[in-house]
Amino acid sequence: MLRDYVPVMLMMLVGAGFGVVAVVLSSALGPKRRSRVKKETYECGMTTQGATYAPTPIKYYVVALLFLVFDLECVFMYPWAVHYKSLGVFGFVEMVIFMVVLFVCYVYVWKKGALEWE
Amino acid sequence: MLEYMTILIIKTLVAFAVSLLIVAYSTWIERKVLGHVQLRHGPRRVGFHGLLQPIADGVKGFFKEELIPDNADKPLFLLAPIISIAAAVTLIVVVPFGGKVHLFGREISLYLTDLDVSVLLVLGISTLGAYGGILGGWSSGNKYGVIGGLRGTAMMISYELSMALAVIAVIMVSGSMSLVDIVNSQAGMWNIVKQPFAFILFLICGLAEINRTPFDMPEAEAELACGFNVEYSAMKFALFFMAEYCHMFVFAALVTTLFLGGWHGPIVDGPHWFFLKSFLIIFFCVWERSTFPRLRYDQIMAFGWKIMLPFGLLNILLTGLWLLVF
Repeated sequence: MLRDYVPVMLMMLVGAGFGVVAVVLSSALGPKRRSRVKKETYECGMTTQGATYAPTPIKYYVVALLFLVFDLECVFMYPWAVHYKSLGVFGFVEMVIFMVVLFVCYVYVWKKGALEWE
Repeated sequence: MLEYMTILIIKTLVAFAVSLLIVAYSTWIERKVLGHVQLRHGPRRVGFHGLLQPIADGVKGFFKEELIPDNADKPLFLLAPIISIAAAVTLIVVVPFGGKVHLFGREISLYLTDLDVSVLLVLGISTLGAYGGILGGWSSGNKYGVIGGLRGTAMMISYELSMALAVIAVIMVSGSMSLVDIVNSQAGMWNIVKQPFAFILFLICGLAEINRTPFDMPEAEAELACGFNVEYSAMKFALFFMAEYCHMFVFAALVTTLFLGGWHGPIVDGPHWFFLKSFLIIFFCVWERSTFPRLRYDQIMAFGWKIMLPFGLLNILLTGLWLLVF
């Protein structure tokens, strides 16, 4: 069983190796004509304005949290979906109850305005 | 054991080479199709109708000057493209190019591995690729990069939900999470017939996952200069670019596998059907890019959370009912 995962590791190594080789080779082969202007932050040729790491809008954290909640829901659904045909009516009713609970949460999140993006 | 490892390593390298070739020529297809859509020729200087253009571009990538801005966080800046390409390439491992064939007197499967949880692996690892984008944007020390990385990640995780819901409906019909089993379950009838809504859902969410127009938020060139890869140059930029096209190929392969019957087709089953369908999907990705304008960011997020998510849940419920009744 674990043997099936060997190709995954192997391919990951091949991909990472390719990336490392490409980065190293291109820095070795490319010309190096550094200048102060070249190393400045690129903003379409304008002088850089303001701070780079401005405060991140809280919305992104809310989206990440919501994603965790609903992705967990999906994780519960995978094993259920694989065995759905053998579970019959019981499986269907169980999942409907589970989904209704989550749907209530979803409606709450929507009403709270967490899905709005101003 | 030795024989097993030898075959495995050869297969891995061949799959990697084939995928790189497909990635290279997807860029050619993209430029050629976009060109002809806009009544231009597209690339045609290097080789016959520009057929050698991708190779020329790759060589050029190695010989360009690479810049690391003073503001950048150097270790992360170097690491980000490597994460991106490694995650994208790893996805190829579960793509079933074809069934089993007889070669050199032994039976060889045209897929690298057939996991019980292939689908989960694809969703998980494709999300790991988002790290490349967000780390690249953040470590550049450029505010467009930071904004691009943040937006891209938020969009990807939002659409991943609906994508997972679409896939769950397919798993219910096929009764397995292994991609090979899913393909084999479609020998008689393709899943696109049984699951038309899941197909539409998967197609739209997939375009968002691989950051194609109309969902190309991380690198909205009109608003964010070039988004998360604005400070990248030479091969590091090319790695991001290749990772993106690799994702596009894997997406096309997944649509083929999950909905279009994989390597099954009329007359003779085989990898030729897989490649034909995959290239049709890649063509679709280019075609819709030349057709649709980019959406506004708040519209994209609202669409993902308020329309796609309930639609996906409803599709699972309907699938459940349909399977119970019939």
